[in-house]
Amino acid sequence: MSLLQVAITATLVMYGVAMILGLLRLFRGPRAQDRVLALDFIFLVALLAMLVLAIRYRSGTYFEAALLMGVFGFLGTAAFAKFLLRGEVIE
Amino acid sequence: MIMEVVVSLLLLASGALVLTAAAGLWRLPDFPLRMHAPALANTLGSWSVTLASIVHGTATTQRLALHHWAIIILLAITVPITTALLARAALFRDRAAAARLPRRAV
Repeated sequence: MSLLQVAITATLVMYGVAMILGLLRLFRGPRAQDRVLALDFIFLVALLAMLVLAIRYRSGTYFEAALLMGVFGFLGTAAFAKFLLRGEVIE
Repeated sequence: MIMEVVVSLLLLASGALVLTAAAGLWRLPDFPLRMHAPALANTLGSWSVTLASIVHGTATTQRLALHHWAIIILLAITVPITTALLARAALFRDRAAAARLPRRAV
């Protein structure tokens, strides 16, 4: 195993622990905004994991998946925050 | 070889930053404090992963692979918007909840 593979594995493990902590906050979060924040964070970590997997498998497909996850994570969080603010998404 | 060391260091740095952000998200006591933690992963964590993939892509394909900047640009545009919207929503909800409480008798 080369140095890069060890680093990639360690990074993915750290991302996994971070996503588990985010999931705990998602389930525990006392209020709705905590859950939205945790969901946004999990989306971000999944995006970063896509980029790391792109390095691991030397494939260009993961990059597009990461871009799409960025866009949809933004849309989801913005819609959730708008809903919390107003009670409806589109007025 | 140098490329491997640089990419590995950047990846490990991003892993440590994301882990720190997750620990902050889990451990900090209330919402306005908790909002600060994911900013660490949003900014420096995503920067270091993107720089790692730029270095790796440039070294493996022998061409300048700059299209990963799109991730950084996208995050730099969208993250402040969601953060501000979420903070405003939290503030609004806190005020609404405080207004719903009965007034304390003077």
